[in-house]
Amino acid sequence: MPLLKRREFFLGSIILGLVIAIGFRAPVFVTPESLLNIITDTSFLFMLALAQMIVILTRGIDLSVAANLAMAGMLTALASRAMPEMPIVLIILLSTLYGLALGIVNGALIAALGIPPIVVTLGTLAVYRGLIFVVAGGQWLTSDDMTPQFLAFPKATLLGISSLVWIAAFVIAGFWFFLNETRTGRALYAVGGNPVAARYCGIDLAPQQLLVYSIAGSVSGLCGYLWVSRYGIAYVDIAQGYELTIIAACVIGGVSIAGGVGTVSGTLLGALFLGIVVNALPVINVSPFWQTAISGAIILAAVIVNARAERKTGKLILPEARLLAGASK
Amino acid sequence: MVDEPILRLDHVTKQFPGVRALHDVHMALYPGQVTALLGENGAGKSTIVKILTGIYRPDAGAIHIGGKLQSFSSPRDAWRSGVSAIHQETVMFDDLTVAENIFMGHMPLRSGKRIDWQLMNARAAELLKSVDADFGSEVLLKRLGVAQKHLVEIARALSHDSRIVIMDEPTSALSAREISDLFLIIAQLKAEGRAILFISHKFDEIFRVADRWVCLRDGEHVGEGLIKDVEPRGLVKLMVGRPIDQVFPKKKIEIGEPVLEVVGLSNPTEFADVSFTLHKGEILGFYGLVGAGRSETMQALFGVSKATAGVVKLNGKTLAISSTADAIVSGIAYVPEDRQVQGTVLPFGIRENTTLASLHQHTDKGILSRVSEQKITRKLGGRLSVKAAHWEQRLNELSGGNQQKVVIAKWLATSPKILILDEPTKGIDVGSKAAVHEFMGELASEGLAVILISSELPEIMGMADRIMVMHEGRIVKNFTRAEATAEAIVTAATGGGHHAAA
Amino acid sequence: MSGPSRYDVADRAPRTLIDFMLRWETILIGLLIAVVIGNTIISPYFLDIYNLSDATFNFSEKAIIALGMTLLILVRDIDLSVAAIIALASLAMGLAADAGAGTGLLIPIGLGVGAICGAFNGLLVARIGLPSIVVTIGTMSLFRGLAQVILGDQAITKYPAAFQTLGQGYLIKWPPIPYSFALFLVLAAIFTFVLHKTAFGRKLFAMGNNPIAAQFSGIPVNRIRFWLFVLTGLLAGVAAILLTARIGSTRPNIALGWELEVITAVILGGVSIAGGAGTIPGVVLAVFILGLATFGLSLVNVPGIVISVLLGLLLIVSIAMPIVVRRLLKGKPVV
Repeated sequence: MPLLKRREFFLGSIILGLVIAIGFRAPVFVTPESLLNIITDTSFLFMLALAQMIVILTRGIDLSVAANLAMAGMLTALASRAMPEMPIVLIILLSTLYGLALGIVNGALIAALGIPPIVVTLGTLAVYRGLIFVVAGGQWLTSDDMTPQFLAFPKATLLGISSLVWIAAFVIAGFWFFLNETRTGRALYAVGGNPVAARYCGIDLAPQQLLVYSIAGSVSGLCGYLWVSRYGIAYVDIAQGYELTIIAACVIGGVSIAGGVGTVSGTLLGALFLGIVVNALPVINVSPFWQTAISGAIILAAVIVNARAERKTGKLILPEARLLAGASK
Repeated sequence: MVDEPILRLDHVTKQFPGVRALHDVHMALYPGQVTALLGENGAGKSTIVKILTGIYRPDAGAIHIGGKLQSFSSPRDAWRSGVSAIHQETVMFDDLTVAENIFMGHMPLRSGKRIDWQLMNARAAELLKSVDADFGSEVLLKRLGVAQKHLVEIARALSHDSRIVIMDEPTSALSAREISDLFLIIAQLKAEGRAILFISHKFDEIFRVADRWVCLRDGEHVGEGLIKDVEPRGLVKLMVGRPIDQVFPKKKIEIGEPVLEVVGLSNPTEFADVSFTLHKGEILGFYGLVGAGRSETMQALFGVSKATAGVVKLNGKTLAISSTADAIVSGIAYVPEDRQVQGTVLPFGIRENTTLASLHQHTDKGILSRVSEQKITRKLGGRLSVKAAHWEQRLNELSGGNQQKVVIAKWLATSPKILILDEPTKGIDVGSKAAVHEFMGELASEGLAVILISSELPEIMGMADRIMVMHEGRIVKNFTRAEATAEAIVTAATGGGHHAAA
Repeated sequence: MSGPSRYDVADRAPRTLIDFMLRWETILIGLLIAVVIGNTIISPYFLDIYNLSDATFNFSEKAIIALGMTLLILVRDIDLSVAAIIALASLAMGLAADAGAGTGLLIPIGLGVGAICGAFNGLLVARIGLPSIVVTIGTMSLFRGLAQVILGDQAITKYPAAFQTLGQGYLIKWPPIPYSFALFLVLAAIFTFVLHKTAFGRKLFAMGNNPIAAQFSGIPVNRIRFWLFVLTGLLAGVAAILLTARIGSTRPNIALGWELEVITAVILGGVSIAGGAGTIPGVVLAVFILGLATFGLSLVNVPGIVISVLLGLLLIVSIAMPIVVRRLLKGKPVV
C-alpha cells in the first residue's frame, strides 16, 4: 500500500499547489462556488474515468464510451420527446439500460469471441456514433425538443449541491465499494495482474470482461442522459474525443495500462487534476486553445512519473541488495 | 497406518496436440502419509498436479476422493473437494497484499457479501505464523523476495484447510533452514491426518519426508511402493528407464587454452565479483539453487543486461558487450532457460527459428535466400535429429525436446566459440535429453567452450569438467570433476560452508 | 558426429486448396470484388476511370500512413498521433508558406516535422520504455494542441500553386494517376519487398511474435522500434504535404480522426493487433476496400457518418466471422 498511497499523496499535493497558485493570480478561482462548480463540471469525468479504470484493470480498453454516451443520450432524448410524461427516474433508468445494452455488445464480442478490446471498441465507436445519426434521422435535438423536467434534473440542487454531483458521489461510492469490498472487485485486480495465476485461483477472464464492459456501458449510458440534459443538446458529435480525456484521467491517476494496477482515489485525483486545469485556463487568461496541448503534456508527464515509480530494478539476489531494499521499504 | 486411500486416480489419460501427457495412470494418496511423485521433467507430474487442481480435465479416467467420484471443472471445485496445491511456478499477484494473495478466490465474507478484511488479515497472519514467515499479512507481495513469496504460496495452500495438499517442488527456492521449517510443517500436516503429494527432484528430501512413492515415465505409471523398501539407485533407474551410469556420455577431452576470462563481474543487485576462466573443449558447470544469480550472470555476459563492473576477455582481448548483437558477433551464444519465452519464436517455423540469429549469412543484396536457409536448417536439424513433419513446421507444434534442439541449432548456426547452455534439459523428454547431452559432449570435443547451468545434480556432475557453485549472487565454491561430491555441492549451494574465492 | 538424422523431414509443408481459400488475402480479394460489383450495381458512375482516379485522392494519404502503421502494429506498437502529426506538419508548412517559402522548402519542412514528431514518440516508447498507446494518446493531444495554440481559429490558405499541384496533379494523364496514388503504389511495393523478402522484415515478424526471444537472438529490438516511429512520423509528414497541397489550406482540425481510419485499414488488412502477423498486400487490399466502398456509397449520396457505421460493422464482422466459422467447423459452441 505505501507506494500507492505515496503516489496519491504526491498527486494530491500537486493539485493543492496548483489551486493555491491559481488562487494567487485569480482569487475568484478559489471561492467555494467556483470550486464547487469545478467539481460539478468534472462529475462526468469522475464517473467515466472510474468506468474506464475497471476496464483497464483487466488489461482492456474501451474506446467506445463517449460514443456510447452520445448514443444513449440521443435515444433517451428521443424517448422523452415521444413520451413527455415519462418520470425522471424512468428516464435515468432508460438511459442507463441503453448504455448497458451497448456495453454488453462490446463485452460479448470481447469475452465470447476473444477479439482484442481495442479492435472491438474501435469498431463500435464508429458504429455507435454513426447510429446516432441514423436513429435521429440526422437531426439535432435542442432544449426546445426536451421537456422542462428533462432539462431541470441535473441542475436541481439538494443541500446546495447539484444532483449531478450527488449522482457522481453515489457512483463513486459504488465503485469504491465494488473494488474494495467485494470478491469480484478484488478478482479484477487478479485477472489483470496475472491472468494465469488468477485461473489457478478459479477466476476466469471472460466473465470478468463481460462484467466490466457492461458496467462501463451502464455508466456511459447514465452519463448520456445527464450530459444531454445539462447541455440541452443532443447530436452526433457530443462528447467527441472525450474517450481520450477519460483515459488520460486514468493514466494521470496511476492506472497501469498493462492491467492490475489502479485505485479509485488515484483515478479521481487524475480526473480532478484535468478538471482544474481546464477550468483554470480562462480564469488566468490563457487561451482555451492551450487546453489540448496542456492535457497532452500532462499525460506524458504523468506516464513518465508513474513509470519511474515502477521502474524495474534488477532482481534482488545479493544479500546486501535485499537488505538495502528491505531497509528502504 | 490407515490403508484406505483418501484420494484415488484410476486410468487417467490426458492428451495434448501431438503429446501424450498421461496414459492410463493410477495413483493413491493416504491420510497422514506423504507420497512422493517421482519422474523426470516431462514425465507427466505437472499434468497430474493440474488435473488434481482442476486446471486440466482428464480425457479419460476417474478421480475418487473419500470414496466419492469427483469431476473438477475449475480450481474452485478442486479445493471445495479438499485438494489444494503449492505450485511450482510462483503464481501470484505482485500488486496485491500477502493476505489477498493467500485468499484470492475464497476471501472470507461478512454480512452483505462484503469482504471481511479484518478476519482475512488476521487469518493470514496466523497462517504466516504457522509457516514461520518474518513478514506481515498486509505487505504488498512485490516487496517480498523469492523465498518469502514461496512461503506465501505455502500459506495459500494451507488456507484451504484441505485434506489433500500437493507440493510441487516446494523447496526449489528455499534455503536449508527454510527447508527444515517446511519439513516441520509437513510433519504437522501428517499428524493432522492430511494426505500429501510431494514432488521433488532431490532424493535426500524424498527419503526424509516421504512414506510412499509413485513413479512416472513418459506419462505412464512405472511403479509404486513404500519408501522404506527402496533405495535411490533403484528409483533413478526406474525414472530414467536405464542405469544412471549410461546417461551422461561425457567424453575424455583434452582441455585447451583459456578462451574466456571473466574477472570481478558485478551488478548492484544480482551478482557480485564473479570470476572464472573457460577453456577450449571444456564444459564448465554452474550449479546453484533457483534464483542464485547464475542466469543473471550469463545474461550480463551475453549483453541482455549490463554488468556494472568487471572485465571480460575473449582470447586475451577485452570485450565491450552492450547488446546481444555484440555478443553474437564476438562468438558467444546463449541457450536461455525459458525456452518458450526467451528461446523460440513459437509461431515461426523451424527454418525461421534456425536462421534467426544468423540472418545476414542468408542474404544476397539484402534479399533473404530461402534456399540458403533451407540448407543450413536441413544440415543442423538433421545433425540434432529434430523430429518434425517438415522444416516449415511451427515450433508450437513440436515437443519441448525438439523445440530445444531447434534453439541449439539456431545458436550453432552462428558458429560460436562459446556456448552457454542455461538449464538445457529442463522439461524435455528422456530421449531428447540424452541427445542434448551427447551433443554437448560432441561440441566440446570439437573445441567449443561450453558453460552449462543446471540445477540437476546428476547432470552437472555427469557432464561438467569443473563445477562453479553460486549462492546468493556469488561463486562460493568450485570443484574439479574428481573432487565433486553431491553433498559438498549441495552444502555450498545452500549457503553452508565458508565462502571461498573462485 | 551424430551422423544423418534419424528422421525424414520434408522442406515444405504440403499445400492445400483449403489453406489457400482460408488465407486472409483471399477473403479480402473476395470482399473487394463484392465491393466493386455492389458499387457498379448501385451507381452507373462508379466504373468510370476518371471517377475512380478521383476516388484515389481520398484514400491515398491515409493509405501511405497505413504502411508505417502496419509495421508498428506488427511489432506490437501503435501510433495514435499520426493525424496530429499531420496537423503540426501542415501548420509548419503553412507558416513557412506565409513567410514566402517555395515548394522546394515546404517539402523538407513537412517531412522534417513529421520525422521529429515520430522521433519524439519513439524516444518515449523505445528509450524510456513507456507503453506506446498511452504515449501517443498524449502526443496526439500535444501535437494537435500546439497546432491549435498557434493557429487559434484561423486558417492558412496561401500556398504556392506549384505546391498545390503535388496534391491535385497527375503523374500520368491517361490512365489518370495522381501523384499521391502513384506515390502510394511505389511505397507499397517497397514495403512489400522489405517486409516479406528481407532479413529486416523477418526481424520485424520475430519481434512481433516474441520480442524477448528476438532480443535474445541479437535483434536490436528497441532501436528498430524507435526507427519505426520515425518512419511512421515521416509518412505522416508525406501525408501532410499531399493533404495540405490538395485542399490548399491548413486548419487546426485538419485530418481529425484519421488515426482511427488508418488503424481500421491496418486491422482489416489482417494485421494482428497482438503483433507478429500481417502482410502489406493485405493492408493494400483493405485500403482499396475501404476507399472504394466509401466512394461508391458517397456516389449514391449516403451520408459520411452512415458510411462510417458500415465500415465499423465491416471491421467487426470481418474479424469475428473467421472466429465463428472456425468454431462451427470444429463443432465447438460459438459462444
